[in-house]
Amino acid sequence: MSGNEPMIHRVSAWTLLLAGAITMGGCERPPVETLQGGYRGLGMEQVINPRLDAIKAAKNQLPAPIPPAAAGGPPATSVYKNIQVLTDLNVAEFSRVMLAITQWVAPPDQSCNYCHTSDLSSDARYTKVVARRMLQMVRHINSDWKTHVSNTGVTCYTCHRGNAVPQNVWFTDSGQSAETGLIAGNAGKNKPAPAIGLTALPYDPFTRFLLQDANIRVISKDALPDGNRSSIKQTDSTYALMISISQSLGVNCDFCHNTRSFAMWDGSTPKRTTAWYGIRLARDLNNNYMVPLTEHFPPQRLGILGDVAKINCATCHQGVFKPLYGESMAKDYPELLGPMHTVASPAGGSPPAAASRPATAGLLAQP
Amino acid sequence: MAEYQNIFTRVQIRGPAYAGVELPRGAWGRQGKGGFSHLLGRFGDAQIGPIYLGTTGLMSLICGFIAFEIIGLNMFASVHWNPIQFVRQLPWLALEPPSPANGLHFPRLQDGGWWLMAGFFLTSSVLLWWLRMYRRARALGMGTHVAWAFLSAIWLMLVLGIIRPVLMGSFGEAVPFGIFPHLDWTAAFSIRYGNLFYNPFHCLSIAFLYGSTLLFAMHGGTILAVSRLGGDRELEQIVDRGTAAERAALFWRWTMGFNATMESIHRWAWWFAVLCPLVGGIGILLTGTVVDNWYLWAVKHHVAPIYPHVFPPVVDPATLQGAP
Repeated sequence: MSGNEPMIHRVSAWTLLLAGAITMGGCERPPVETLQGGYRGLGMEQVINPRLDAIKAAKNQLPAPIPPAAAGGPPATSVYKNIQVLTDLNVAEFSRVMLAITQWVAPPDQSCNYCHTSDLSSDARYTKVVARRMLQMVRHINSDWKTHVSNTGVTCYTCHRGNAVPQNVWFTDSGQSAETGLIAGNAGKNKPAPAIGLTALPYDPFTRFLLQDANIRVISKDALPDGNRSSIKQTDSTYALMISISQSLGVNCDFCHNTRSFAMWDGSTPKRTTAWYGIRLARDLNNNYMVPLTEHFPPQRLGILGDVAKINCATCHQGVFKPLYGESMAKDYPELLGPMHTVASPAGGSPPAAASRPATAGLLAQP
Repeated sequence: MAEYQNIFTRVQIRGPAYAGVELPRGAWGRQGKGGFSHLLGRFGDAQIGPIYLGTTGLMSLICGFIAFEIIGLNMFASVHWNPIQFVRQLPWLALEPPSPANGLHFPRLQDGGWWLMAGFFLTSSVLLWWLRMYRRARALGMGTHVAWAFLSAIWLMLVLGIIRPVLMGSFGEAVPFGIFPHLDWTAAFSIRYGNLFYNPFHCLSIAFLYGSTLLFAMHGGTILAVSRLGGDRELEQIVDRGTAAERAALFWRWTMGFNATMESIHRWAWWFAVLCPLVGGIGILLTGTVVDNWYLWAVKHHVAPIYPHVFPPVVDPATLQGAP
């Protein structure tokens, strides 16, 4: 009997090691820090990993601003044909915007040709039609959605980051499996999707909430039953949307909520208001800017159901609580803030953001 | 002298396998003669068998197998019968209950009918197994404590799976069969009903759950610690206290001023274990039927404390004029 024991011990040791590896394999390597956000005892804390944040911060450096355009000069419309959106810019400002788009969006090997043919005024390339609408969208966000973007504003770079198509877009996923007949459906959930944090929740909460206007609020306003018939399945969808926001912003639930009561506004952080407008912003942009462009896109740019690429929180935020850590790029590009009336020529670009700024600075700052 | 101070059982008995007491007339016979396993002997009794299956046991296994197959094959189909994806995605896969719109009607198979069938067979399996436990205890002339404790767990399962959904008028309220999906269901359930941590029966259930583990550790530790003094002969020490029982009792009186007895510790453990799912089931049953938002319920009854504000007042933007 005793002859077996060393072997049994060895097997036990390997089993323990394997069990440990399986258990701890999904864990994040330290260091982990917490920042208290709410009143003490409430556990409203943001979990920070400086090692991972440094990686994230490096990906969110602003490109050096293009020198401001000279004031005065002839209006762009007098030099170029077929200008429909940037009609308020002079030639220098107009060229500056074109240059910026080339740097921020167009693939380097195609440059201007990504949108333009040799006749610069031609709308033959679909990319030009889309870009025009996107310029309108940027100005719309910067002038009409200050409730969400404040005076920080957005530029093409906020989403594009040098990619022709922003890296974080979504398509409707109806989840129709090829199996039909008597096989049980999956109710649009139970499949690991990164956008919803690899939960088993509905994998496409975006169609319901960021395209359609489904009711997000499922929690009752009274202690006792008051006719609220919201189901657990509806709650799953709301939960999935919230997880996607958490993933997109790289924050915990209590960045916005006091999680003792998700529904309660009194006690939520002011960031919840910003997020509330953000949901409406994404819905507005998807319905009024992206969906109407569907017919212009070639099939390879569309989703499996033939729908256009759409916007969610991750499109701009890309894992950060404020896109580009809240550094305003738009202030260097007054051309993108809204109709300019040409007179407001910038006095000079601001210096680029200091690279040494800690990634978590401002995470819990009051707006 | 047997050595007790070890994590694993060091004592293994070898002799002719014990065949068990005489069975009452009409019962099935026991199968096999019984054998020994050294490895299992390290964790429990080394003797394996003879095994008693019986009518209820057989029917329970068949029903359980049917439920297992309904759930498993539907999961397998959901990954297009791809065995690799089945293994990779298994924690995510599930058999979903019918949609809430279905109410209490029997849905089509693909819209929750399979779920209802799996639930039926699983419930049958568990209830048959309960009956088997009860009858086996009776056949051995034992009390039926284990069966009643098991019934407490079955109560919680039935509240979650059928009693509460029926009271709510929708099978869609029930839990999916799946690893992550049933966990996500739990979180969604708490969110929908305003935070289950404010449900007093949930509080009680947690107290009994953690209490059970605490009692288990205290009791196991105490008996192992005095087994070198004969404390492992608990039943004898109930009526005839030896130095083991006296030392164990004194240890707890010294450390916390009070001690259970060799008998009462088992009643403590049984009640803690039974009350955990019993009160938990009551808490689930009241949720949505009697109370719709546990946080607001707790505020109303001055259970939830009020904390000072550290943020400027936040109002629901949907209530503001001109809200998008």
